Amino acid sequence: MTTANSRTGPGVTQELLIEGAGCASCVRKIETALKNVDGVEEAQMNFPLRTVAVTGSAFTADLVKAVENAGYRATPAAGSETDLLEEKEQADQRYYRRLLRDTWIALALGIPLMLFGMAGGDMSIHSEAARWGWLLVGLLTLAVMLLSGRHFFVGGWQSVRNHTANMDTLIALGTGTAWLYSMVIVLLPDLVPEMARHVYFEATAMIIGLVNLGLALEVRARGRASAAIKRLIGLQPKTARVLRDGQELDIPIERVRRQDQLRVRPGERIPVDGTVVEGQSSVDESMLTGEPLPVAKQAGDAVSAGTLNKTGSLIFTATRVGRDTALARIIEMVKRAQNSKPPIGRLADVIAAYFVPAVMIIAVLSALAWINFGPSPALAYAVVSATTVLIIACPCALGLATPMSVMVGIGKAAEAGVLIRSGEALQTASRITTMVLDKTGTITEGAPKVTDLLPAEGLDEVELLRLAASLELGSEHPLAQAIVESAQSRGLNLSNPVSFTALAGRGVSSVIDGREIVLGNEKLMREQSIDLQDWVARAQLIAADAKTPMYLAVDRKFAGLIAVADPIKIDSAAAIERLRGLGIRVVMLTGDNRATAEAVARQVGIEEFIAEVQPESKAEKVAALQREGELVGMSGDGINDAPALALADVGFAIGTGTDVAIESAGITLMRGSLHGLADAITISKATLRNIKQNLFGAFIYNAAGIPIAAGILYPLFGLLLSPVIAGAAMAFSSVTVVANANCLRLLKIDSSTTAEESRA
Amino acid sequence: MIWLINLAGLLLIAGIVWWFWLYKTAGVAAAQDKLLTVIVENGVYQPARIKVSAGQAVRMEFLRKDASPCAETVIFPALNLSFELPVNKTAPITLPPLEPGKYEFHCQMKMYRGELQVN
Repeated sequence: MTTANSRTGPGVTQELLIEGAGCASCVRKIETALKNVDGVEEAQMNFPLRTVAVTGSAFTADLVKAVENAGYRATPAAGSETDLLEEKEQADQRYYRRLLRDTWIALALGIPLMLFGMAGGDMSIHSEAARWGWLLVGLLTLAVMLLSGRHFFVGGWQSVRNHTANMDTLIALGTGTAWLYSMVIVLLPDLVPEMARHVYFEATAMIIGLVNLGLALEVRARGRASAAIKRLIGLQPKTARVLRDGQELDIPIERVRRQDQLRVRPGERIPVDGTVVEGQSSVDESMLTGEPLPVAKQAGDAVSAGTLNKTGSLIFTATRVGRDTALARIIEMVKRAQNSKPPIGRLADVIAAYFVPAVMIIAVLSALAWINFGPSPALAYAVVSATTVLIIACPCALGLATPMSVMVGIGKAAEAGVLIRSGEALQTASRITTMVLDKTGTITEGAPKVTDLLPAEGLDEVELLRLAASLELGSEHPLAQAIVESAQSRGLNLSNPVSFTALAGRGVSSVIDGREIVLGNEKLMREQSIDLQDWVARAQLIAADAKTPMYLAVDRKFAGLIAVADPIKIDSAAAIERLRGLGIRVVMLTGDNRATAEAVARQVGIEEFIAEVQPESKAEKVAALQREGELVGMSGDGINDAPALALADVGFAIGTGTDVAIESAGITLMRGSLHGLADAITISKATLRNIKQNLFGAFIYNAAGIPIAAGILYPLFGLLLSPVIAGAAMAFSSVTVVANANCLRLLKIDSSTTAEESRA
Repeated sequence: MIWLINLAGLLLIAGIVWWFWLYKTAGVAAAQDKLLTVIVENGVYQPARIKVSAGQAVRMEFLRKDASPCAETVIFPALNLSFELPVNKTAPITLPPLEPGKYEFHCQMKMYRGELQVN
């Protein structure tokens, strides 16, 4: 990753993107400035591409500064995420193949030896010929230890030297003990009582083989666990088509700069964030927002990197490039969250820190117990039990339990358009008891729309809307805008109002096409002594549905009723039902009056609501719920409810589109639907359950495995575990943890079906 | 004979306790004047204890030589920061200015462990 402060070695070339170089004479100035930086051997600028290649060992930050001092702007051409990912996958693949090779080498020796023993072959030393034979086997085992087990021994030794101990230490000690004991018997059989002259070379070879196999399987499974982030990185196209000097150029994505004009054709992915300047198309944004329906785009609309252009060709201006695009920030945030640990993992961390030395002590104690109290041959039993204890203990399963599940869970959430900021937010979200929903913009669309047009006799809907909209052209009231937009979307020709008058708190009046038009509330109509006949009752019905009715009069005669409302999102009720299904108390907050609040609450099935809440007192309401002992999730648009979001145990910011930079929230929903809330909670509950399974499994495995390996079952059942079985158990326990975490990927989130319904 | 073995075993246990838990490492590397490179290899960060000055951004780099996925990430939990380390390539990192104190850093599974000493 090339970031601002990376340094390269001698002879290494790095690339900078230059901004502000308008003429060819800049080239020399920039090159000279760079060559004067310590360590730079060569600097060569490609003027048409505005890039400069710098060879030598210098800090990138110093290079950037040198260019800036010369009066230009430079940014390091970052190795793209895609390249990094490919590099990482290749490295993983090489490592995987090496582990497999190590496995086969070790098993090629271990399996025949083990079969020989199982077939009744004599694994003890009773004759001179057997000694020579086993000496040969012992040397072969040494070769396996050096070839296949080298990393255990080197790693084990290095960590012991540094006063730490890890899995390598245990494997090295275990296999080393078995081998040393066996070699002592081969070389100096007289030191050991005749009955104890058993060799354990097969154990050493088998354990090295099995543990390598376990590691290889783990690498594979880990690769699958990071599928979500890979998918996100894969959304980034590698090239972009830039319009420069009237030409279309295909250039690598890293070279796109802000203000560049780019073209995307149908079927192509949008390379960077930008604003459309020309063309019309529909864009599939589901990969970022989880929103299944394509979104229409035309001049002035924002487009996001990684989304798929479907129908038309678009030209747009790049507004955010490189690491600043929404996609890049999502990737960054998901990666960071995947590496953060929820509090539940802390106990395992504490245990992990003391685990390995503790196992070593148990191994010594177990050997001593066998020597003191064990049956004959006590020495052989002591060696076997110590070896088995060292081998069966699995710090990896313990250490992997939490991070693997967090990685899969947070990745899974990102796929559903839910960005979880940290492991802590994940854990808290899983335990939430109350969800506070802001009304405007959360339950509702947040933008008022015309919902009903009820013309009186002699007028039609279109004319009613046209008159009202023409009148409202002069007004800046949000309800007025809703009427004007509604008319414009129907393509109506509006007339300009003459002598527009706003009658504060009541309505507006004006003259349109020579007729006197009045639009306003009941009070205004009465003032103007306009006969409303039986329309008042109908208006009251409309008002009871959380809509605002307005009367229109033409030449002092009632002409119709228009209702405007902030419509409830189509799937709000279903999503709220899901939340309640998860056992969560749902509370609505709104600044609206009681009647409107009640109407909205009734329509979405909320029983508890608090109306007439000032924006600044939303946080107080959250605090009040917390004092009641509730674990509160607060959801809002993240703008005027930021304090409440921050105060809640988990803040859910309901994004519109792909604005992910909502800092006050622990969880960001990238699409407006409230289903995201239920998705987030479902996923966090499943992830926490998965972590608990993993931790429980790892604890139980170690807590049961170690005493059994030490021989606790021997006095009762005469059972002592073979070190080979211990090796297999240990290798596959960590694979099991990773595999279980991967099961989370199969979690079904049922919002996709409800999204289908809402489309119908 | 037996008591000798028992004595040896108990001494071994005492040795383990002392070496892994009680021993305080003295060796501390300073990341000040020149860029410090932490080698990630064989289960240990080298150097694992790093002294830095409080109140100024910390620049250092990691060079991961261990291909095992365990070594892939280095996490500074107190700072809520994590970095991915490519194999056999230096990865530069920058930490924000820190308050005096001790800050752990480790791999995902806490098998690799190190400490920043800020003063």
